Amino acid sequence: MFGTIAGLQIGEKAFIEKLCLENIPLKLLEMGCLPGIEVELIQRAPMHDPLYIKVNGSHLAIRKETAEKIIVSK
Amino acid sequence: MSDGKVVKVALIGNPNTGKTSLFNRLTGLKQKVGNYPGITVEKKQGFCKLNETVKAEITDLPGTYSINPTSLDETLVLDTLLNEENETFPDVIVVVVDVENIKRNLLLFTQLKDLKIPTILVINMVDQMKRKGINIDVPKFEERLHTKVVLASARKKIGVEELKSAILNYKELDTTPVSKISTKIDKDFFTKLKSALPEFPLYKSWLLITQNQEFDFLTDTQKKLVTKFREDVVCIRRYQHKETIFRYKVINDILKDSFNVDASKATNLRGILDRILTHKIFGYVIFALILLFIFQGIFNWASYPMDIIDGAFADLSAWTKSVMAPGTFTNLIAEGILPGIGGIIIFIPQIAILFTFISILEETGYMSRVVFLMDKIMRKFGMSGKSVIPLISGTACAIPAIMAARNINNWKERLITILVVPFTTCSARLPVYAILIALVIPNKPILGFLNLQGLTMMVMYLIGFTAAIASSMLLHKVLKVESKSFFVIEMPNYKIPSIKNIFYEVVEKTKAFIFGAGKIILALSIVLWFLASNGPAKFKNAEATIKAQTENTSISKEVFQKKVASYKLEHSYIGYMGKTIEPVIAPMGYDWKIGIAIISSFAAREVFVGALATIYNVDSDDGDNATIKQRMAAEINPKTGESMFNFSTGVSLLLFYAFAMQCVGTLAIVKRETNSWKWPILQLVGMGILAYISAAAAYLILS
Repeated sequence: MFGTIAGLQIGEKAFIEKLCLENIPLKLLEMGCLPGIEVELIQRAPMHDPLYIKVNGSHLAIRKETAEKIIVSK
Repeated sequence: MSDGKVVKVALIGNPNTGKTSLFNRLTGLKQKVGNYPGITVEKKQGFCKLNETVKAEITDLPGTYSINPTSLDETLVLDTLLNEENETFPDVIVVVVDVENIKRNLLLFTQLKDLKIPTILVINMVDQMKRKGINIDVPKFEERLHTKVVLASARKKIGVEELKSAILNYKELDTTPVSKISTKIDKDFFTKLKSALPEFPLYKSWLLITQNQEFDFLTDTQKKLVTKFREDVVCIRRYQHKETIFRYKVINDILKDSFNVDASKATNLRGILDRILTHKIFGYVIFALILLFIFQGIFNWASYPMDIIDGAFADLSAWTKSVMAPGTFTNLIAEGILPGIGGIIIFIPQIAILFTFISILEETGYMSRVVFLMDKIMRKFGMSGKSVIPLISGTACAIPAIMAARNINNWKERLITILVVPFTTCSARLPVYAILIALVIPNKPILGFLNLQGLTMMVMYLIGFTAAIASSMLLHKVLKVESKSFFVIEMPNYKIPSIKNIFYEVVEKTKAFIFGAGKIILALSIVLWFLASNGPAKFKNAEATIKAQTENTSISKEVFQKKVASYKLEHSYIGYMGKTIEPVIAPMGYDWKIGIAIISSFAAREVFVGALATIYNVDSDDGDNATIKQRMAAEINPKTGESMFNFSTGVSLLLFYAFAMQCVGTLAIVKRETNSWKWPILQLVGMGILAYISAAAAYLILS
């Protein structure tokens, strides 16, 4: 089942399938958000934005608009 | 290696790796902060003795996750490493990585390693390894990464000597790249690149063509070649992504057989703390309580040293006058320079206390949670979660606060933050508020437990904060600034703060205030002193005039002197300036005397009180607010016959000081940080208009 990081439940894990390369900053990849890597949604800030994720051993916060561009498979 | 020379070392690493601890450990207090030529980022350097004859000059570069810069601070890392003519170009790079985050940290290492500069890898915080169940096969690591690996714990002082000897022997280091990116991405492309710029290491050429910035150190031919390669933007972006994916593959390969973590040792303290601190209700409650505690601390603790400083400088001025021969030079020192320096030092307690708190919050990792909690709210006002730190810092002083806005990557969010920070109630406004409130607000209890004067002070804070928020909303709508928005922050693990790091951080921020604002406050104090103690003909004849006026009355010598001083001020250059602006400030309810105080307080707002003291010929040296207050209370407005400092003028002045951009130091720092006069001028004019209209409206309505 495909979705985006923004659609995950808290505590849910999924694998990154694809990043829309045109819209995703290089920095996100450099911080470990890579295709094929497992990502876990740890927490949502109040008002559901930003998202606190764990990916590749890194704990990151990204905005919802970015999370919506990262396709994951559960 | 005993030629007595200095080894240049660049210290590089991700944020939160303990790089600063290591820097402090290596250099101790032998640090200096300078500026990089042409740009505004501070350069932190220190020295470290390696043996009897060789010293290391260590440059602490800003923390970065990658060599590809996304902020001003990070651009510096790239500039330092690409330009060999740069005076900080390193003989050896020391890369600091956090043992718990080694995978991501190694990305930067592999990038740096490909530049073919001798590189040492420091794995920091190794004292945590046992507890976290981490195991590293160091010889294998060294072999696969072609480098010297030092296991260290800067806080526990482990590995520091080993690192020093590795730096000393940097010439023996292997400069083979770790990852041969060229063959894995597009062999033809990289062959072409190599033959176009054969003089550089291939990875350096690759970095040159992937950045958007100009590199001044290139020759014209090189620049042309670089520009040509940059044309195919889409292709370059795709290759950059490929590069990163490839690098992680290499890192994973290396880690697979030389690094392992025993998952059973993992504790979930982080998870528990995160759930509480970022909770949708408790998160905000805890943040509010922490803020309350900080402000309480600033108010209660800072007042003692501030009183001491205030008294000491008044005594020093009086003492100078008593021991030096009377004359212009003595007056310059006693009335111009000493009060000027005193006016700077008096702010140090508040600034130091506030930055102690802020650096504790940052060191523990809590500040990232605040950024996370506040981002969505702040974005509604065109700012970022990261704007919270500058806005809190602004309650001490706008100058270090505006500098703290540097780590906001988005230019528009950063610009709005810089523009609205001066609205927050800084410490220089407090003495002004204190005396005005004491004068026009009755000291009586309200609602049983609150005091009306205290409540007014709180309202002033709220007004400043509201003005900041409202103007940011306006700027968010009005400003048309191109900026690509993205936001990625690391949520670091919670840590016990290191006292040493906090101490250095506070010293650095306080220095930023002293040298940023201090110089200007001092210079302006001297100019104002000159304008107040010189004047045309009438000024020079002051004594004769007063003598003639008081010929038939018997007054004491003291009263006579005060009358002379007051007459002199009225007819000094600044007195004439006050009178010139009187028609302009009359709608706000001010006379020329208040005009003088307003002009004087352009150096720093708190000068307002001292200037009024001089004008109302109160002996300000005793620093007793009660006397100034009584004299101000007795001042009659000749037009209305009422008290000059009545409720309407008082409120008008409070509003004026809340909104007006009366700080030359801040204007200078905004110019520096935005690299343009446009923004400080916008601040000066915009805030001035707001101050004028609201003060005049308040005066009109209330009187």
